[in-house]
Amino acid sequence: MLNYNVVVIGGGPAGLAAAIEAKKNGVDNILVIERDRELGGILQQCIHNGFGLHEFKEELTGPEYAERFIVELRNMGIEYKLDTMVLDMNQNKTISAINSTDGFMNIQAKAIVLAMGCRERTRGAISIPGARPAGVFTAGTAQRFVNMEGYMVGKKVVILGSGDIGLIMARRMTLEGAQVQAVAELMPFSGGLTRNIVQCLDDYGIPLLLSHTITEIKGRDRVEGIVIAQVDEKFKPIPGTEKEFECDTLLLSVGLIPENELSVQAGVDMDRITSGPIVNEAMETNIEGVFACGNVVHVHDLVDFVTAESRRAGASAAKYVNNELKKEGTTLKTEGKNGVRYIVPQVVRPENIDKTLDLFMRVDNVYHNVEMVVKIDGKEVKRMKKRHVAPGEMESVKIKKEDLSCADGSKIEVYLEKEACLKKEVYLEKEGA
Amino acid sequence: MKKHELVCIVCPMGCRLDVIEEKEKYTVLGNKCPRGKDYGVKELTNPTRVVTSTVKIEGGLLNRIPVKTNGDIPKDKVFECMKLLDKIQLKAPVKAGDIVLKNIFNTGIDVVTSRSM
Ligand SMILES: Cc1cc2nc3c(=O)[nH]c(=O)nc-3n(C[C@H](O)[C@H](O)[C@H](O)COP(=O)(O)OP(=O)(O)OC[C@H]3O[C@@H](n4cnc5c(N)ncnc54)[C@H](O)[C@@H]3O)c2cc1C
Ligand code: SF4
Repeated sequence: MLNYNVVVIGGGPAGLAAAIEAKKNGVDNILVIERDRELGGILQQCIHNGFGLHEFKEELTGPEYAERFIVELRNMGIEYKLDTMVLDMNQNKTISAINSTDGFMNIQAKAIVLAMGCRERTRGAISIPGARPAGVFTAGTAQRFVNMEGYMVGKKVVILGSGDIGLIMARRMTLEGAQVQAVAELMPFSGGLTRNIVQCLDDYGIPLLLSHTITEIKGRDRVEGIVIAQVDEKFKPIPGTEKEFECDTLLLSVGLIPENELSVQAGVDMDRITSGPIVNEAMETNIEGVFACGNVVHVHDLVDFVTAESRRAGASAAKYVNNELKKEGTTLKTEGKNGVRYIVPQVVRPENIDKTLDLFMRVDNVYHNVEMVVKIDGKEVKRMKKRHVAPGEMESVKIKKEDLSCADGSKIEVYLEKEACLKKEVYLEKEGA
Repeated sequence: MKKHELVCIVCPMGCRLDVIEEKEKYTVLGNKCPRGKDYGVKELTNPTRVVTSTVKIEGGLLNRIPVKTNGDIPKDKVFECMKLLDKIQLKAPVKAGDIVLKNIFNTGIDVVTSRSM
């Protein structure tokens, strides 16, 4: 049995920041376990720029952002194992992992940080009818092939889903000489950043078909064409609107799901909406000493936010190991209402807060000119005007510690108040669509 | 007078800009910061983009290494830049920031590696 103070599962930006912060907070004997051949997680395949604006006030590419943390981790002498897969963990914080040099390992940790990231929804998850020809990829898989392995995945491409990964792959494939026929999106609005629609689609004249879906994939051995139809308000294809696009490749960019098999097996309580663990202000789950951060908790759009959150998890893990994390005192719960779909953290213990509490949330629709209101036990503590909120852009609020002094079991509610709702579109949970 | 509606792509905020053109003079409205103003004028007079891609590498962990232009280049030179990158073959080890192509199209901009390998 190997023994460590802190074991971090996952060596992406979340795991790296958590491990570094735990060390900075005075804990030694830390191990990072990564199943891939190198550290950095998903960032290694995101070769476009736009990372690190908050963190470094610079526009870095994914690999550059990752490298800064990898170098820091190495310089601090933090131990890590690559090509190592964590198979299992339990309530006693015993982990089993395997690789080809050490073989099967049992590892006892005082504290665990879950940082496994997320994975993409596949064709099976959205039930596209038709045969199973070659040439259907998730956008992230294609990104890895093109940007890391050096394989081109196709010449004529259709993309389903207009999240940022889909948009960025539209540009990437075009630059590499492919012809991107169209990006189809089920929703009446894109799930990606507007800047990405401009610089990834408009720049290259790629059409974005909103309120459209795929009704048929043609071809038996290889994709030969895609039939796209317009949908009505209930997301049902409208007969007669079908258009066929000749292509050899279909990329799917239809959402991400936190990767929580390990957490669920170990008995970590999950949030039905985020598909991630329920965490408190310290990023601690219901299992004492088990923390979580990054995309395993909820899908983030900016890696800078992942880093900030993961530092909190790493610092808390260090506090836990040093017996400094307080358990006594009151416990509050957070609740998103009226337009606010979820809030992380779900549980707050004011005792552990230094100055301010940060709440992160997503709204359920595109709203214009609304006010975001925070109430604790029915008492309003904050109100902010928002010109534009959208499900694709995470919102956050800061609450002062003074405002949190209230009874055990109190509720912190955040909701939207519509001043003048200029535009309200139906937003169906992406998962259900 | 002509009004152009643009979206600023300098940062993820994506401010909606109105650029008013009057006798070669441009007024930018809707920008939340000064960078948006520069972008608005430049987008109409001399649009530029950063290019990120990969080039071949021998003896590294992977077959490709990511590269980027270390500043904006004219938008109409993007595909030409991609053609230049096709011809490059690096040998490991390289460090992040190593220059791959110097002063492309006389812009003063270099193509540099964006990771070490
Ligand atoms: C395709 C894609 C494009 C993106 N583009 C942008 C962008 O342009 N700008 C931006 O700011 N953000 C972007 N993001 C978001 C940002 O990259 C992520 O928020 C960030 O990488 C999340 O970090 P993470 O550490 O939580 O997860 P990841 O980076 O996914 O890292 C998780 C790591 O855990 C490892 N792991 C999982 N399970 C196990 C196990 N059982 N044992 C061992 N190891 C395990 C995985 O191999 C992986 O390396 C993008 C995300 C994706 C998926
Ligand atoms: S104007 Fe400034 S804040 Fe707005 S998108 Fe451009 S750079 Fe960002």
